[in-house]
Amino acid sequence: MSVDTATVARIASLARLKVGEAELEAMVPELNGILAWVEQLGEVDVTGIEPMTAVIENHLRLRDDVIDADPLTGGGVREAVLANAPAAEHGFFGVPKVIE
Amino acid sequence: MADLTDLGVAAIRDGVAKGLFTAVEVAEAFNANVAAAQAALNAFIVTTPDAAIEAAKATDARRAAGQPLGKMGGVPIGMKDLFATRGVQTTAASHILEGFEPEYESTVSQKLWDAGAGMLGKLNMDQFAMGSSNETSYFGNVISPWRRNDGGNAPLAPGGSSGGSSAAVSARLCPAATGTDTGGSIRQPAAFTGISGIKPTYGRCSRWGIVAFASSLDQAGPMARDVRDCAIMLEAMAGFDPKDATSLNLPVPEWEAGLNADLRGKKVGVPREYRMDGTDADVLASWDQGIEWLKDAGAEVIDISLPHTKYALPAYYIVAPAEASSNLARYDGVRYGLRDLPDGANLQEMYAATRAAGFGAEVKRRILIGTYVLSAGFYDAYYTQAQKVRTLISHDFRNAFAEVDVILAPTAPTAAFGLGDMVSDPLAMYLNDVFAVPASLAGLPAMSVPAGLNREGLPLGLQIVGKPFDEQGVLNAGLAIESRAGFAARPERWW
Amino acid sequence: MSNYRIHGATGEWEVVIGLEVHAQVTSNSKLFSGAATAFGAEPNTQVSLVDAAMPGMLPVPNRECIRQAVRTGLAINAQINKWSRFDRKNYFYADLPQGYQISQLYHPLVGEGSLEVVLDPKDPEGSTKTIGIERIHVEQDAGKLMHDQHPTMSYVDLNRSGVALMEIVSRPDMRSPAEAGAYLAKLRTILRYVGSCDGNMDQGSMRADVNVSVRRPGEPFGTRTETKNVNSVRFVMAVVESEARRQVDLIEDGGAVVQETRLYDPDKNETRSMRSKEDAHDYRYFPDPDLLPLELDDAFVEKCRASLPELPDAKRHRYEGALGLSPYNAGVLTAEVETARWFEALLTATAAKAGKGEAEVAKQASNWLISELFGALNKLGKGLDDSPVSPEDGAELLALVADGTISGSIAKQVLEKMLESGDGAAAIVEREGLKQTTDTGAIEAAVDQVLAANADKVAEYKAGKEALFGFFVGQAMKAMQGKGNPQLVNQVLKSRLG
Ligand SMILES: [Mg+2]
Ligand SMILES: [Zn+2]
Repeated sequence: MSVDTATVARIASLARLKVGEAELEAMVPELNGILAWVEQLGEVDVTGIEPMTAVIENHLRLRDDVIDADPLTGGGVREAVLANAPAAEHGFFGVPKVIE
Repeated sequence: MADLTDLGVAAIRDGVAKGLFTAVEVAEAFNANVAAAQAALNAFIVTTPDAAIEAAKATDARRAAGQPLGKMGGVPIGMKDLFATRGVQTTAASHILEGFEPEYESTVSQKLWDAGAGMLGKLNMDQFAMGSSNETSYFGNVISPWRRNDGGNAPLAPGGSSGGSSAAVSARLCPAATGTDTGGSIRQPAAFTGISGIKPTYGRCSRWGIVAFASSLDQAGPMARDVRDCAIMLEAMAGFDPKDATSLNLPVPEWEAGLNADLRGKKVGVPREYRMDGTDADVLASWDQGIEWLKDAGAEVIDISLPHTKYALPAYYIVAPAEASSNLARYDGVRYGLRDLPDGANLQEMYAATRAAGFGAEVKRRILIGTYVLSAGFYDAYYTQAQKVRTLISHDFRNAFAEVDVILAPTAPTAAFGLGDMVSDPLAMYLNDVFAVPASLAGLPAMSVPAGLNREGLPLGLQIVGKPFDEQGVLNAGLAIESRAGFAARPERWW
Repeated sequence: MSNYRIHGATGEWEVVIGLEVHAQVTSNSKLFSGAATAFGAEPNTQVSLVDAAMPGMLPVPNRECIRQAVRTGLAINAQINKWSRFDRKNYFYADLPQGYQISQLYHPLVGEGSLEVVLDPKDPEGSTKTIGIERIHVEQDAGKLMHDQHPTMSYVDLNRSGVALMEIVSRPDMRSPAEAGAYLAKLRTILRYVGSCDGNMDQGSMRADVNVSVRRPGEPFGTRTETKNVNSVRFVMAVVESEARRQVDLIEDGGAVVQETRLYDPDKNETRSMRSKEDAHDYRYFPDPDLLPLELDDAFVEKCRASLPELPDAKRHRYEGALGLSPYNAGVLTAEVETARWFEALLTATAAKAGKGEAEVAKQASNWLISELFGALNKLGKGLDDSPVSPEDGAELLALVADGTISGSIAKQVLEKMLESGDGAAAIVEREGLKQTTDTGAIEAAVDQVLAANADKVAEYKAGKEALFGFFVGQAMKAMQGKGNPQLVNQVLKSRLG
């Protein structure tokens, strides 16, 4: 499968990357080169093979339902949460107005 | 007093403990080296000399009070800029995180500080850990301290993505540094700069607080001058973390105490598929030399097959970009980092502008690949297929490890290449990780140790891959090579 | 089953409805972080570094959320998938800090199940319909955007970001607004019985995405639209009605229904297209690499099963069978878990006071609760949850009726006084002298007085107008201020008129 300019533009928009015309044109052959190369995976017979789920044998641990048990993963840290925000007002993050 | 910056982790730790010198003296010496090299090597994005001194003072105070100093007591280190450090800019070498000062400390860096280490600064790297030459950093290339012996002084790549770490350790700017390895990012730069580095079993080191590249592959590990130093530092970095659901709930072995270069009774596998066309002759020769060294250490060497090796790299270049495309979606200009809000832009336009301005070309390339392979209609053909191939690669290793204890291979197909030599050809750059990626896909512990110099006077590394959880076996084989290679070469100081 | 039809210009149409209900899981902390979930907190105060998707943050799942989803699955007789996993649903929006929602697409925690709805409460057995449930998956809620606080900015509050939701996806099995409403109401009842969701629809704890399509009866499904986040049973019914009508009109005018996301405007009672969501969606689902597969063992599932309370259908059947209640009463008493709980407490106390079995007093207790207490509370604008009368208070009142201390009509007055004063029934009866008179002499005197004063009516009665008997009873009771024992009054009257 190979991509054309329109496809790359669609993918870039899906990934929220603004791309100029020239950049787009340059990307098409680059991406096609990479895609053509990864497509050799199609040669591999994977009949009966499960896709990998856990890299190393391990089970998903579940945590207890306790509020703020660890300050690093608990709430009540609004200052820290907003500290690096480009726009924070009245305890909120600010974004350009969204019209729904 | 001898130059303290010639000392490694063990020597500094023991020297401080014995009172041969103070931790502050050590920190000052390394701070000076860092400052002197910054303009030429660009190994750091941010230097933190005060933090290093402060930690050293604490260690000296503990010693004066007769308190234990910790596994890394008095050792100043470099911290790859992928680790969140509280109050210190953390960027993953990207423009999009420029100025970001986390309000939290990554688990691994916190463990290192708790073990008595101090921070010299945040090390440069490939942007979001994507790259093999450290040419994708927003903050400029890292220049390897090594030069070819042809007198040409061409600037060389320190490897990537932990290129700031490898350059800094080999140039004696720090005795050790943290690295992260997603598809070879500890091992390849270690090989390029004549130092040691180990990527532990996936899950040994917590990923909490490390800027994510590809979650199912990312592992932190130490980069240092020798195997012992790696063992010490890995002990300080590893351990169960309830904040990371993929963290291994296992005790941390005493790897340093367990070091043993006697390999009698051990079997070493040599995978025939790694003898690839295009591999540098010097690299092949060093591999053969490594085989001889391990035999000399008492190991039995066995020819093994890892039949799906050829497919590891393409599988990696589907899985890693796919995960990255999703992991990097959070960089949107809303909660932290860069915001580019063109006049009259709406929310979605702000995202697109911010991300276009904040990500470098290689990051964008991988986001696009990742987005494409996950998109409707392509998911099974690319992503599911790659994850199935990944299972097969894992099975290859499992089968091999039924027969052997460790696997020996070159770390990279070439020695360090010149900066700029590969940038125009992403695929050629990707191929540099051909030997490193299979172990990453299978989550296995793997290490690079220096084996010697090539005909151009540049270091070559040998890679040891072990069974899951068997870092000790990997370190021991590494030690056996190290003690026979007698690698003492270091870059001549030109900076 | 349902014959609901839309009468179009060109003939009859059938509506096909499926609901995706998002129900907030009752838990102290969020699905993947330790931040609190309580409603109504100050903005961004219940947000952890994890919920704000700071670089390097990782999710660790909350056992309680998984447990509650499994219990819910068991309550709808669904298959519990002991191997499930979390996927990422990728899209960009300001209320979604990670740039993806952690959800379950490929391997949900709960598989196929069903629930039964009753369409006519007077005929619960004859009007049931089984609605299939395709799956329940567990996922993160998003944050909240506020658009009216600033002229050029929207504000983002992440307090809800990461709160656990169950998405309960029905089959397209409903065929009328009433069925859709009954399904949502029943689902809410079950969730509240189980305790896995508080069902507070006005606080957003339950919202439904309403999928509607129309077709000629018997033909294949038409193109559906999805109206998002509808937050009451009434609105769900209204959405089905208005959206089905819109689709029929559209098709009959030669147009075609577009598969799209719509929004309901309760003020105008119409749905409109959500243009902001029109951007071609490609969610790029893939397994979340930060989370291993979720594996449950039999012991966990069995513990969940053992922890389930008696569920509404079982309870309703028991009330009808073992307690002998009418199907209507049984339906009313089991529709809300609080009502059933209140009734059962009343029943226990009443039986204890009477020294009888619960089955013997159940009818009396249920009738009183439904026809007396509900009505009286209703007048006060109260419900059982804030009733000044407790089940024990009610039992005390019922005991006074049962042992003949007061009559049924006096009991009504006593109840009103109990609700006003908060005092107990016995104290009120004592204080106000409301005890029933069993003094035959006094009753005879009152009866004689009434008969004497109404000689004309006595004559009519004797001439065959037997319906006047009730009139004499009423007059005699009135003469005794309602305190005469009705049986004795009857007896005396019969013998006098005999
Ligand atoms: Mg939906
Ligand atoms: Zn949902």
